Amino acid sequence: MNTATKTDRTSADRTSADEALGDWEELVAAALLGTDRRQGSPEALLGAAAVQTVRRRAGLRPAEAGPRPEPAPRDPRPAPPEAARQRLAQLLAGRTSAGGSGRRGAAPDLTELLPQWLAAAGHHGYRAPAALVPALLDAARARSDLRPQALSLAGTRGLWLARLNPDWRFALRGGSGAAGELPDATDAAGVDRLWQEGLFAERVALLGVVRAHEAAAAPRLLATTWATERAEDRLMFLDSLRAGLSAGDEPFLEAALDDRSRGVRATAAELLSSLPASALAGRMAERALACVGPEGVKPPAECDAGMLRDGVVERPPAGRGERAWWLAQLVESAPLLCWRERFGGLDPAGIVALPMGEDWVEELHAAWCRAAVRQRDPAWSKALLGSASEPPAAGPATASLAERAKLLSILGEEERAAWVAEFIRAHGLSEAFQLLGVCVVPWAGALGRAVVEALDSAREAGGYPWSFSGVMGLAERCLDPAEAGRLESAAAEPVEEGGAAAYWAEAFQRMVATLRLRAAMHAELAPPGP
Amino acid sequence: MTEQGVRWTAEQVLGLAPDDASRKAGARLGGGGPWSQTGGSASGAVWGLCKGSGSKPYRTVVDLAGPAYKCSCPSRKFPCKHALGLLLLWAAEGFGDPAGAPDWAAEWLTERAAKAARPAAGRSAEGPADAEAARRRAERRAARIGAGVTELEQRLADLVRGGLAGQEQAGYAAWEETAARMVDAQAPGLAGRVRELGTIPSCGSGWPARMLEEAALLHLLDRAWLGVSGLPEPLAATVRSRVGLQNGAEGEAVRDRWLVLSQYDTASPDGRLTTRRIWLRGLASGRSALVMDFGPPGRPPGLALPVGLVLDAEVRFRPGSAGLRADLGERFAAAEPCGAVPQGMGTGAALEAYGAALREDPWLDSWPVVLEAVVPIPGGQGGGRAGETAWQLADAEGTSALPVPLTGAGSRPLAGLWQLAALSGGGPVTVFGECGHRGFTPLTAWQPDSPEPVALA
Repeated sequence: MNTATKTDRTSADRTSADEALGDWEELVAAALLGTDRRQGSPEALLGAAAVQTVRRRAGLRPAEAGPRPEPAPRDPRPAPPEAARQRLAQLLAGRTSAGGSGRRGAAPDLTELLPQWLAAAGHHGYRAPAALVPALLDAARARSDLRPQALSLAGTRGLWLARLNPDWRFALRGGSGAAGELPDATDAAGVDRLWQEGLFAERVALLGVVRAHEAAAAPRLLATTWATERAEDRLMFLDSLRAGLSAGDEPFLEAALDDRSRGVRATAAELLSSLPASALAGRMAERALACVGPEGVKPPAECDAGMLRDGVVERPPAGRGERAWWLAQLVESAPLLCWRERFGGLDPAGIVALPMGEDWVEELHAAWCRAAVRQRDPAWSKALLGSASEPPAAGPATASLAERAKLLSILGEEERAAWVAEFIRAHGLSEAFQLLGVCVVPWAGALGRAVVEALDSAREAGGYPWSFSGVMGLAERCLDPAEAGRLESAAAEPVEEGGAAAYWAEAFQRMVATLRLRAAMHAELAPPGP
Repeated sequence: MTEQGVRWTAEQVLGLAPDDASRKAGARLGGGGPWSQTGGSASGAVWGLCKGSGSKPYRTVVDLAGPAYKCSCPSRKFPCKHALGLLLLWAAEGFGDPAGAPDWAAEWLTERAAKAARPAAGRSAEGPADAEAARRRAERRAARIGAGVTELEQRLADLVRGGLAGQEQAGYAAWEETAARMVDAQAPGLAGRVRELGTIPSCGSGWPARMLEEAALLHLLDRAWLGVSGLPEPLAATVRSRVGLQNGAEGEAVRDRWLVLSQYDTASPDGRLTTRRIWLRGLASGRSALVMDFGPPGRPPGLALPVGLVLDAEVRFRPGSAGLRADLGERFAAAEPCGAVPQGMGTGAALEAYGAALREDPWLDSWPVVLEAVVPIPGGQGGGRAGETAWQLADAEGTSALPVPLTGAGSRPLAGLWQLAALSGGGPVTVFGECGHRGFTPLTAWQPDSPEPVALA
């Protein structure tokens, strides 16, 4: 290349590297413009460029390294055993497979087993295998039901990755997003700094730590910034007090009844009403006792300012009368304890059985249901549920299965399973889905047997398995693997091709296969013996 | 022979799946539910009956040495989901003591053994008349390629004469036409490079320099072809294969214990043809080998080798191309897990290895390299979003780093890079990949405290 710029410089003040670079840039410039506008043949230019290209490539040197990420904090938990690790890889690989409806074949549905694997691994205290953490985070992003367990398994490595990849930012928001980096509860300066500067998730986690150390310190910490917090954050902070709520929180909640946000006021009132000894609960009891007693039900005539301040919502939703609406809110916020005296020492079952007059009894029972759930009162829950063998509509409580499921969740594990087993024996499976959902996994023996027997009778009655696909799927996830043997005989019954019987056989096979897989999964997760 | 007891990992089994759907279906069948009469033999075969939707269960048998598969199901995929499920089951649980195969499995296994023992009868010597005809065919083809090369030289000269600046507007069509002319001239290698040249102006900033590089290398290839008779033989063989001619000569055969370092597929631009690249490293010879296989439309390539396995096998190297391209010859035993992390080098040595290989093949884009003790630095470090700024692999000691290309041929999707980052946790790891002028493309990594490789998705 004989260009003007090059002749300006003497060969002496050029290093060879400089020359190579300069030549290449000149070549690119010449090629951009075209040899028609500069002197020189295209062949010579291409030839020189070829030499330069190979030379440059052959002489490549490493680049300067950019800033490195901080090393991930060590996760002291043990890795799961090899077989379990492989199982997780398999479950995560199958995670996006179509859940599908209708006929599902005889092979187990891996998507449904992932949550169980995660729960069991969490129970054993394992950390996630590093190579699977990205897939785990992706799974948690796609399915919020998996999130808490997936994130806890992913641990510090997961959070470390989430800080590097915006797609996984959700991991930093939820739950205790700052595991391992929270200051000690006694480190006042550290607590104060994180409270002032931390991310929301970190602050919620900090609040939990402070509270666990000293219950009364949490409201004090909240009060320091309360006036400047955004309404949605105030709501979330209040909500985070729900677990482990104690009398020590009352003054703070009482003050929050005057908050400028309606959501905050309502949540404060709700939390206070679940503290039976709180002043608010006392005020509500007074109002409720004035309306309901052995002599009958007389709903409030008006919604006064005091009621409004205590969280009663004045306007009823469409379709409900004002007075019934106010009554319901008073009764559900009143401590259940107050009714025993009002009804002459009757126990909950006795009170629930009283004839209260047709006009208000439904409203009253529904409110008691909500109170029993809010105050986690097993005696009232049991009384309101009544006998499982009675027709659902005839029970003392509301006929709504969702409400019943909530009441059930207040009962002890065994009582819960026994109640649902009896319900299934009396009424079959078609309405049992929600009730089964609140039972502890794996299902107790009697409950499992009731479900299997009910499925068997559904088959004998000539139904199709997909009419029961909800319960089927639940059974695959929740039956005790020990039931596999019992099911196997049902699965092995000889059947003709096609027809309902063949589908049932297939469904039972899938259930057996899933139970065996679950048993294998749990066995793999068991730590190697000493 | 390998005992049936040496099992593969689930990843290795799933690595055999021809596509995603099979992987999922196979994973679902790997749970033990639908299987009966499963067993394995000491000579490296596994079999079992899989209950499907029909009344007769499918008979599935796998020869682990191949691996080769036989299943009575109607699927046309190889391996089918049943074979994958069976392997997963075997990988997870094993099949107890080696046992005699049932008749239906034994029949096929015996057939295979007999076929393997038979000498390659098809390779009878060609008659002199055939040789003469072949020579004339080769001459005719060389003449056609020569005409194509001359035409391409003209096209490149016109490009440089008029200036690259016009290329952004000129568009891809003109290059596509030139590529078609190269296909007519029976020079598929040139056609491929021309097509790639046409895509460069739309590749973002810095394109003129990249286009000049590729045009210059294409020019170099043209000139080399025109003077191929005067080149030393290895370089001549490289030129012939780069142009797209099959080298007639038999290459060198090397028997070694070959570690499968990586296997990955790429689809042709029209999505019809799948190219599978399998990287091997001879544990004794230290040589690298690239085995390629192709899948016709709708079908995956037939050859599948799980990463991390070691094959006692003969590999025949094709002449030219820096001695990388190879074909898998006879295998002497069933594949088994390697159990050790391969030795590697630093970033500087990796680039030197690539530079040295360019001496033998100046058109080489990259060289297979195991990097030892490198720290992945995710993109977006020090400002900017991940994915917008480049990733790097840095030496754990010192400040040298190789960039990781996120776009362009051979680069891996981001998912694999995040897996790599997760494995490292900010610390040093061993990584296998392709190192070249675009940077380093990671393909496989090893966890800091485990000999088991992780194929980066």
